[in-house]
Order: sequence, then C-alpha cells, then structure tokens
Amino acid sequence: MERLLTPVDAVDIEGFPSGGGSADRQIPRPKPAARRWSRRRPILVFIAPATIIYSVFMVYPLLDSLRRSFFDDDGNYAGLANYDTLFTNPTFSDRFWGALGHNFEFFAFHMVLQNPIGLLLAVLLTAQSVRGLNIYRTLIFLPTTLSVVIVGFVWRLILSPLWGVTESIGIDTPLLGESGTVLPTLSLISVWQWVGIPMIFFYAVLIAIPKDLIEAARVDGAGSWQIFRDITLPLILPMLGIVSMLTYIGNFNAFDLIFQVKGIVAGPDYASDIMGTFFYRTFFGASGTTGSAALGATVASVMFLIILVGVLLYMFGWQRRVSTYEL
Amino acid sequence: MAKLMRLLAVFLAFGLVAASCGDDGDGAQSAPAESESESESVDSDSVEAEPVESEPAESEPVEPEPTDAPEPEAEDVTITIESWRSDDQAIWDEQIIPVFEAAYPHIDVVFAPTTPLEYPPALRTRLEGGIAGDLITCFPFDRSRELFEDGHLASLSDLDGIDSFGPSAQNAWLSADGSTPYCVPIASIIQGFYYNVDALNELGLSVPETESEFFGVLQAILDDGTYTPIGTGLAEWEAEHILFQNIGANYWKGEEGRLALINGEDKVTDQEYIDTFDTLARLGPFMHRGASGITYPDGKILFETGQAVIYPGGSWEISGFDANADFEFDAFRTPRPDDQDECYIVDHIDLAIGLNPASPNIDAAQTFLSWVASPEFASIYTGALSGFFSLQDTPVTYDHPVAQEFVSWRDDCESANRTGYESLNSGDPEFPIELREVSNAIILGNMTPEDGAQRLQDGLDSWYTPGG
Repeated sequence: MERLLTPVDAVDIEGFPSGGGSADRQIPRPKPAARRWSRRRPILVFIAPATIIYSVFMVYPLLDSLRRSFFDDDGNYAGLANYDTLFTNPTFSDRFWGALGHNFEFFAFHMVLQNPIGLLLAVLLTAQSVRGLNIYRTLIFLPTTLSVVIVGFVWRLILSPLWGVTESIGIDTPLLGESGTVLPTLSLISVWQWVGIPMIFFYAVLIAIPKDLIEAARVDGAGSWQIFRDITLPLILPMLGIVSMLTYIGNFNAFDLIFQVKGIVAGPDYASDIMGTFFYRTFFGASGTTGSAALGATVASVMFLIILVGVLLYMFGWQRRVSTYEL
Repeated sequence: MAKLMRLLAVFLAFGLVAASCGDDGDGAQSAPAESESESESVDSDSVEAEPVESEPAESEPVEPEPTDAPEPEAEDVTITIESWRSDDQAIWDEQIIPVFEAAYPHIDVVFAPTTPLEYPPALRTRLEGGIAGDLITCFPFDRSRELFEDGHLASLSDLDGIDSFGPSAQNAWLSADGSTPYCVPIASIIQGFYYNVDALNELGLSVPETESEFFGVLQAILDDGTYTPIGTGLAEWEAEHILFQNIGANYWKGEEGRLALINGEDKVTDQEYIDTFDTLARLGPFMHRGASGITYPDGKILFETGQAVIYPGGSWEISGFDANADFEFDAFRTPRPDDQDECYIVDHIDLAIGLNPASPNIDAAQTFLSWVASPEFASIYTGALSGFFSLQDTPVTYDHPVAQEFVSWRDDCESANRTGYESLNSGDPEFPIELREVSNAIILGNMTPEDGAQRLQDGLDSWYTPGG
C-alpha cells in the first residue's frame, strides 16, 4: 500500500514545483529534470492524440474563422468593416436581429417544454410501479435517433393542408405556412425529436440516487412531492445546468430542421430564420447572390461569441454556485 | 518502461497512418484537376466498359498534354456536365449522351447534376476548389456573368456553331460589354395556365381570354364547389416565378418594362406593378385552403389528381403532367387586361452550357459544345424534353400538342424574360426573393400592394444604381 501510494504522491508534488516534500526522503533517484520528463511523458502521450485532433479540426478552424472576419473577400485586412456591415447595413442587420430573436424564441421553447418534459418523463420512468418501462424509454428516445430529414419530411406530411391531420383535429391554419405559427411549430417538432436527450441525462442521474435516501425520507413521513423537491431536485440540479447548457449550444447552432422544412430562405418572409440559416445564406449565398466568405465568417464569429457568453454565464453563474453532493 | 515504449510505438504507428493519409489529401489538393478527372475516368470505365478497356489506357489521357491532333483522337476522354436539372438525368443518360457518344466514340460524357437548391453554392465551391466538371450548365444573366467575370467560364467566341443563335437568345450569356459569349444557349421555357379540359367542359366553361373572363371562370368553379379553382401552392417560389411574372408581363409590357426597370426609367412603385399586385390579391380566395403551407410538388398533385381545375405553371411541367394526370389537359396563355389588345408571354431564356476553363479536356469539351450548338442536338433535346424550346435560329418542330400550344403563343404575343433576373439579382436583398415574399404576402392578404411595392423599391434602392 505504501509503495503504491508514493509515486502518486510524488506526481502530485511534481505538479507544484515549490513543494519539497519528496526531497527529504533522499532515496537515490535520477536527476530532477530527467525525472520530471519521465514522469510527464505518459501524461503527454495520453493527452497528445486528443489535443492534436482537437486543435487541427476545432481550434484552428475556429481561430481562422475569427481571423477571417477581419479580412474582406479578397484577403485584405478590413478591420471591423464586416462587423460594421453586419450591424449597420439594414439589409443584413434586419436579418441578423430577426434571426437572433427567433433563435431566442426557439431556445425558450426548448427550455420551457423540452427540458421539463424530459425531467418529467425521466421521473416517470424511474417509478417502479409502471409496467413496460423499457418499452416506453425506447419509444420516447426513438425520435432522437431519426435523421432530421425523415423528421422534417414526416412532419411536413402530418401538417400538410392537403393530406395532413390538422383539419380533422380542428386546426384550419397551415401551421408551417403562416408567419405567426411557423416558428412555434418548428420548435415543437424539434422538442418532439430531442426530448429523449434530457430524459436520458436525467434518468441516468435519477437511477444513481441511492434508494436508502428515499426510503429514509419516506420513513420520516415525506410525501412524493416533498421527496422530489427536497431530495431528488437538489441532486439533479447540476445535471439541469448541463442539460440547459447543451440545449443552449444546440439551439444556437441549430440549422438542419429549418433548412429541411423551410429551405435556406426560411420563410414565409424570414419568419423561421435563425442564426444557422442566416449564416448559410450569408456564407454560401442564396438563389441569386454569391455568398461572402468574409461576412459569413463574421456571422459565425458572432454566433461563437453568443454561445461563449452563454457558456461563461453558465460556468460562473451556475456551475460554481450549485452544490454537488457525494452519494 | 518497456510497456511505455510499446505504447509509444502504437501511437507512432497511428501517427504514421495519419501522416500518410494527410499526404494523400495534400496531393489531391495540389493537383485537383488531374485527380478529379482521373477518378472520373476510372469511375466511368469501371461502370461502363471495364472488360473492354485495359488498365493503362484509362490513366494515360490524364497526364500528357495532347500535342497534336491525331494522338488525342485515339485516347478515351471523360467529360463531366455540371447541372441543376437532376430531373433530366434519365433523358441525358438514355437519349442525349448515347447519340453523341456514337458520333464521337472516344469521348465519354457524364451528366452529374446537383439538386437545384444546392447547385449555385456547390458549383462555385467546386470551381474555386478546382474540382468542378468540364462543362457547366448556366443560369441566365447575373449568376453566370459573375462566374465568367471571376474566370470560371471560358470565352466561347471561337466555338463552332456559336453564331447559330440570335441576339435575344445569346443576350443572357454575353459579357458586360456585349462582345463575348460564354455559354451555348440551349432552351427557353414558356409560362401560362394549365387547365383540366374535362373539368372545364363538365362545368360548361370556356377558356378565358381577358382578365374579367378569367375571374368569371374562377368564380364559377368556386360557386360550383366540386373543384378548387387554382391548384398552386405558395410555400415555395410559385407566387413570384409563376403568378407575379405571368400576370405582370402584360402590365409592364414584357421586355420593354423589364429593361425599363433595369435602367431606372421605371420603379416598382409605378402603376403597372401596383396593378399587377392588385390582380394577385384578387387571386387569393380562389386558392386551395392553406395554400401557404402547400409545397410546389403538392400543388402539382392537386392538379394531377383532378382536385384543381387550373394550374399556373410553365412548359417544363408538361412531361410530369403527361405521366401523372389521367385526364386531358391543355394550356391557355395568361389572360390579358380587359382594356388591352396586345399580349405578352413569359418566354424565359432558361438554360445554357458553358466551358470550365480549368478543364483538363478542353478539346473534348469544345467538341461537345459545338454539338450542343447543332440542330441535331436541338431536335433531340427539345424532342426528349417536352416543354423546353430551342433557342437556335433553325426552326424545330415540337411533337407534344400542349408544347405546340405553348409555342403557338409566340405568333400572337411578344416574348419576355422574367423580370428581375438581369442586373437586379446581383445584390442584397435579392430582388427575386423579395418579390416572392411580397407576392406571397399580397396574395394571402397580409400586405397591401402599395406597401409591397414600396418595400421592393426600397430594397433595390439600398444597393442598385441604374446604369452603375
């Protein structure tokens, strides 16, 4: 036991050069520099593949995209001209603010519906009294595994004014065709598709909660609601933060469903336009105009900043404050 | 320690594999044209002529630059056509390309379309990356002119047969100074209104010629209640491409008004556009319930299944209706305003093929283009594709009765291109896309014609200077 612990201890101390605890033992050892290298080598070897792949395929493109937003399409340095165009030229700024607003609306639908429903389903799935839990779990998770192309196609058929079901259930509006209903409808389709993800996350946490805690509470006279509020909820709060964060990132990078259902112009009259479709049109161009890589990179950079701000808020505003419990 | 070294060795091996993959990628990027054509010739050979061709023959035409005429004649060359007409794949593969390959056995032609939505951005990306096909199908006006000005379409001034096109046909693919053609015009399309002959007879109605007759017919169909009067959807581009253009051409007097909008003499806020929008607004009640949620294919199905009597469309839909409609259908030209005798039809120059200057097989590609400019191609193409009309000076006869009906309108009416696609389509906001959103909103009653026209003119004013 002693022999096993020593090296771990030594590695810890190596990490903080000022600590001199190991020097007192005076066991014959290689020189410090060589020792440090031999200790660190395995660490480097293990983190190298991930670091290299991540740098080449994630960090470098991201930085290059940021760099590109300061240059024009011919590669000349343009300062903040692209940002100026994006925020002050009404052609772009109207679309930008429109897309950003729609994106927050899209996100709000997911936060208000997808995550609470996911939590509710997860709680129901952990209830021992229901039969066929595995079947429900699979069915609810199934849409998540479907291709968005199929999801979009199926829902377009379901909601089609020609052969859809909307008329028979008393909805007389073409939900995907009117500017007032198109974004809520698309949000709900997305919620339907992705509700399995928060459900699985919450489920994983819920089944990890020891039974004794709940039994003890029950013995003490707590009801179901009280158990949920005072035991379950505090234990899943960290996961709630992670799920919200993933929803935020996913929603602000969303593109595929809207592209599939409404195309790149995200009609009618840009009513379903979000940052992803706005970026696509700016970068690649639409039916008539040629896209601008520089302006596209600018939109991408702004999207990155929006997501970054959200992530920072989460890290400093939530993750550090919420208490986690060892079970 | 030994374990560590073994681990290192494994990572080193991975590294080597990754590095060699990286090399491959680099090689492909530094010599894109060669590797592309190489892979294509391998592809096509392996599909079509694997047993016949020997291995060395397929890799050779790629590398050596042909120095004299007889030598390349002996080699097999594969040329690829970029296009957005994925609907026409079978017609190219089965009817057009075999005729060419029979005449030029050493040239293999591959028709490789991209879907219409992705074609413009995907094509540009491929051209800039040096991996585009040898021949490029050209959109009319601005879109192709940009490609030519960026050096992605070659000048065709010296091509055999390029002079067999009149100025109105070539006009859509001429350099800004009007001197250099860069695409060989192939076809135009004509727009009008299809109708279900059986249903119209059943209701005792006759084909309308003026607008008031037209609305009379629509009202009669609506009152009868058996059918939907107009079977088009509004979820995609129909409101602009078809309804706005069809109806408006009469108001702005075809080409005259189209050019006046380009050179700034006319504004979208002028009376002829307000009148067009007024007429569009009157169409709303005759559309199918929930038209704003009906897609283009669904709209066609409304007509094909006999639920709708009238379908505003274009000649390119003839073959689809032929295949899917089990009733007799015909077409009538856009009814003219009551107080107007002359008529204008949308006879839009739509399609051409140009040459990618980065092509490694320029000679073969030019041979193909010259053939495209020949009357032989015109009769095959327009024969195979009912509803696409030749742009050559040599007259071509059309077999399909509805195609004959469409083309007969040229005798009485002036032909006009769709407005907004020349010069007005090259900036943000894109005029045709704005037109579509505005037309949609006006038909659905969500916008007044005046507001719509003002929005369009403001959009144009924000970037477009006539004559600039």
